[in-house]
Amino acid sequence: MRIELERRPDVSKLFSILSPFIALGLTLFFGGIMFMMLGKDPFAALYSFFIEPLTEVWSLHELAIKAAPLILIAVGLSVCYRSNNWNIGAEGQFIMGAIAGSILPVVFYEWQSPLVLPLMMLLGMLGGALFAGIPAFLKAHLNTNEILTSLMLVYVAQLFLDWLVRGPWRNPGGMNFPETRTFDATAILPEMIASGRAHWGFGFAIIAAILVWFMMRYTLKGFEITVLGQSQRAGRFAGFSSRKMIWFSMLLSGALAGLAGIAEVSGAIQQLRPVISPGYGFTAIIVAFLGRLNPLGIVVAGLVLALTYLGGEAVQVSLQISDKPIRVFQGLLLFFVLSCDTLIHYKIRMMWYDLNDTTGEGAR
Amino acid sequence: MKKLLFALATTAAVIGFFAGAYAADKAKVCFVYVGSKTDGGWTQAHDIGRLELEKALGDKIETQFLESVPEGPDAERAIERLARSGCGLIYTTSFGFMDATVKVAAKFPDVKFEHATGYKTAPNLATYNSRFYEGRYIQGQIAAKISQKGVAGYIASFPIPEVVMGINAFVTGARSINPDFKIKVVWANTWFDPGKEADAAKALIDQGVDVLTQHTDTTAPMQVAAERGIKAFGQASDMIKAGPETQLTAIVDTWGAYYIKRTQLFLDGKWETSSSWDGLKDGILTMAPYTNMPDDVKALAEATQKKIESGELKPFTGPLKKQDGSEWLAAGASSDDGTLLGMNFYVEGVDDKLPK
Repeated sequence: MRIELERRPDVSKLFSILSPFIALGLTLFFGGIMFMMLGKDPFAALYSFFIEPLTEVWSLHELAIKAAPLILIAVGLSVCYRSNNWNIGAEGQFIMGAIAGSILPVVFYEWQSPLVLPLMMLLGMLGGALFAGIPAFLKAHLNTNEILTSLMLVYVAQLFLDWLVRGPWRNPGGMNFPETRTFDATAILPEMIASGRAHWGFGFAIIAAILVWFMMRYTLKGFEITVLGQSQRAGRFAGFSSRKMIWFSMLLSGALAGLAGIAEVSGAIQQLRPVISPGYGFTAIIVAFLGRLNPLGIVVAGLVLALTYLGGEAVQVSLQISDKPIRVFQGLLLFFVLSCDTLIHYKIRMMWYDLNDTTGEGAR
Repeated sequence: MKKLLFALATTAAVIGFFAGAYAADKAKVCFVYVGSKTDGGWTQAHDIGRLELEKALGDKIETQFLESVPEGPDAERAIERLARSGCGLIYTTSFGFMDATVKVAAKFPDVKFEHATGYKTAPNLATYNSRFYEGRYIQGQIAAKISQKGVAGYIASFPIPEVVMGINAFVTGARSINPDFKIKVVWANTWFDPGKEADAAKALIDQGVDVLTQHTDTTAPMQVAAERGIKAFGQASDMIKAGPETQLTAIVDTWGAYYIKRTQLFLDGKWETSSSWDGLKDGILTMAPYTNMPDDVKALAEATQKKIESGELKPFTGPLKKQDGSEWLAAGASSDDGTLLGMNFYVEGVDDKLPK
């Protein structure tokens, strides 16, 4: 027996729209059962998970902090994935952006000027873009697989950061601990509004999402991305170069990941450490697909995913449970969202084989 | 944007008002853990301390915890959440929570904070640590007696003073028995990663060490040692279950005593900031039963432990040389705490180059 997914000839518009809500309903139902089996009030749990983090101003700020890098990276990735370039290494570009942007506050820490911050952001974008340029070059000119090269470069970036903060960039006044000096006030991304610590990284994310959305929808470049992504041959007939597209999409997503990196370091961490990302670059891949590769959808998806982190903590505190069921619950949510989407576009077909038929023609 | 946030915030505030209307009569004492509370090592030791605290003062306090909190910006949010949820006293139990704790403590002057193993204090932020190196000195002596080859393997986490101090204590203990004793060090660059720790253990055993110790948190090295038939020391919690025939002893962190003492002060309104660094004699650190060793080694270990507890023996006492052969401590001189807390050099006998 074999199970196959068969593309549905026509996809129900209604269910496409309903799909995330069905998924949410299923998650609530099965998640509720899980909390009940743990002997906890399922309604209290679900309230703490989805509502409580939204009920306080400080927690909304935290939501913005957590969502910002996810959205920023995922928006860049959506352009890559739309154009059929599979950049899996955003985590590395995030780190290299953070390192490049930190050159000013760490190495030239004595230079304090209003120019520092904008230059840091530009350097961050440059660092991320150049690092994404490596797999772009390899793919465009040597035809290597960008999934492998971009992924492997993540480890290069992680180890480079690790070496920097333990070696040349280690804080001379930091008791030998592996971290750089803390940034000067002029190198710290300011808060957006006074009521909490959400910094301008979230602003960048929203601006980037709107700009990319506009580009995809109203410009020739957006059309080019879509056409080349769906069929290279058709794109060539239209006079589009898939080689240039590799460069464009990889550099753009690298620059956005790099910006996310330096914004996170400058706004939230305020120094470099051996680890600066809890896997934002990889989680952003999930965000990109949850948002269906649409920049505005990605904003929503990023916020929802960030909410599951905050909600997970809220449940831990209010119900006194371990973080393991919370992880299961987060997994449930992703599982149902992806499976609902899949089943709306595909149907499952069982292929029954006649075991005595060796020709394979007996498949029904 | 501002309007939207404002609208969200007001809606939120209304809901929050109804949701937050519950009475809190017991004082709330909260814990932030870096790992899982069942990790079998560092975090579990803190959680055992929390449970002892509940047992001792359960009629006056309730406890809460957040586990598997990553160090960095997430830690700041987690600590702030606890501070806002009504915790009066918050223990943050990992070195990496230091800056996050400092920031949140500045924001909540009425909440008391205690940060484990750090060095930054404030009027409402105390630090506490344990003299783990006293236990490591005893382990070194045992290793020198047990090892046939005179070489021990040491799985280290990060090259910070705390860890370097542990390595030096172990070597110093071992060389007090066998002056030619050497150790090999592998830097796992993690506190908690069973896979990496097991790999480090295998690498060390392949290089010919026949006794293993660790400054990481999981029982993986103990299990590898058991498979390869060599002896090993446990870390942070008693790991005898992971190696019933393998564990010689373990440094067991017994934070409970400290938590009870400090929480009682907090309840009495006498809590003040401090930098506490207790050792074997204060009961913040104990040795798991000495097992899987001959009786004379056991007697030696017990005697050394008694001497350290009584203050007769200080592990870092000269004559001691640095790795490069230069003199560190003259005969009879003991190291001061400041040097230990900032330790960034090896003593003689470490077969490794300290990562700089």
